[in-house]
Amino acid sequence: MKNKSFVSINDLTREKILSLLEAAEKFEENPNRNLLEGKIVGSLFFEPSTRTRLSFETAANRLGASVIGFSDAATSSATKGETLKDTIMMVSSYADVIAMRHKLEGAARYASEVSPVPIINAGDGANQHPSQTMLDLYSIKKTQGTLEGLNIHLVGDLKYGRTVHSLLHAMRHFNPTFHFIAPEELRMPEEYRQFCNENNIPFTETTEFNEEVIADADIIYMTRVQRERFSDLMEYEKVKNCYRLTNAMLANTKENLRILHPLPRVNEIAHDVDDNPKAYYFQQAQNGLYVREAIICDVLGIEI
Amino acid sequence: MNDNKRHAMQVSALCNGTVIDHIPADKLFAVVNLLNIPEMNNNVTIGNNLDSNKLGKKGLIKIADKFFTDDEINKISLVAPNVVLNTIRDYKVVEKREVKMPDRIDNLIKCNNLNCITNNEPMATHFYVSNRETNTLKCRYCEREVNINDVELL
Repeated sequence: MKNKSFVSINDLTREKILSLLEAAEKFEENPNRNLLEGKIVGSLFFEPSTRTRLSFETAANRLGASVIGFSDAATSSATKGETLKDTIMMVSSYADVIAMRHKLEGAARYASEVSPVPIINAGDGANQHPSQTMLDLYSIKKTQGTLEGLNIHLVGDLKYGRTVHSLLHAMRHFNPTFHFIAPEELRMPEEYRQFCNENNIPFTETTEFNEEVIADADIIYMTRVQRERFSDLMEYEKVKNCYRLTNAMLANTKENLRILHPLPRVNEIAHDVDDNPKAYYFQQAQNGLYVREAIICDVLGIEI
Repeated sequence: MNDNKRHAMQVSALCNGTVIDHIPADKLFAVVNLLNIPEMNNNVTIGNNLDSNKLGKKGLIKIADKFFTDDEINKISLVAPNVVLNTIRDYKVVEKREVKMPDRIDNLIKCNNLNCITNNEPMATHFYVSNRETNTLKCRYCEREVNINDVELL
């Protein structure tokens, strides 16, 4: 690779993950640092994602950089049939670093190969969203004091949920125990169960989501069960309310338990959970700002 | 010396060229097409269902005055991973190699994932072997895994 891009969570070593998290901690202490004064961050959202785009652009602004780009492919030259390579070459002649979101898988890897400036993957289709994984890791470390030896319960759509797959990959460095809680149609794919076996990561699997199952959890990572994922809508109707977390279910959970969710949520976390101190999903989203500041500085080789 | 003599016997008519041996009989014509042999003007001999200790029945291709590049050889490994390639010069087998699946496969196969960037941009594909025992390849771009039996050549 020509430059120091941030493309896939699978590229990161344990040391790299920890050093990025350490940098993010410093940004949480003080998010406003003029480290990128005079620099320009390209924010190329070929596919709209308001949440991620605002987080990256806020990170750039808080670092003192200016932001150029677009928030939708409809307003970019991609609609005129320009190749991704040409768009990246054009923008890289203006920007010092590019954060990009694209609907096609592998787009960020390819961009990183043709671009003379670093590429930060802000999501490539169903493949990777590594800054999301970093903020998940940051949230786990911050709330538990460590990433080591935790009991992590993944709930909901474990088949298509890219955030849970990436989290599983990233946690392989930290001796976790996983609990996969999903309906039969959306169970964790064989590839990832095999990954756990190969990496000696213990895991359990169940279709039941109740108080007992979560009694020993340190982290509950909720995901949305989406209607369009089901071939049989009867099946969806049967399971849609089974993977719903309510405040009552949390009565006997561990004191240190925290509930994460990549957001947006629909009804998989009841609103009465929001006021429980164990709910952490809003702070989790906020942590995205700090890790994105850390990632931008890292790819530009700026020490904090 | 005796060994060399015996090889020379097997490829008797060939002065210079390549003998592709130990092709599974059912893969012979896939290999023929893959190497564009129907388009060649070289002197070609194709044999099939020959007796083989290793395979039971095997196919064999002799091509005069043709020497293959690494890329072409890599291609063979995608349909018939264990064939043997003999390079003949001046009636002698000067090189004998077993074709093996390479660690990387550059611009030879198509990614099966329609949402992969490689199917949407004018660009080369790149795969690497993620599990040699199960013959699993992984796309460098979309990171999807695919079994070698399910791939389509470019």
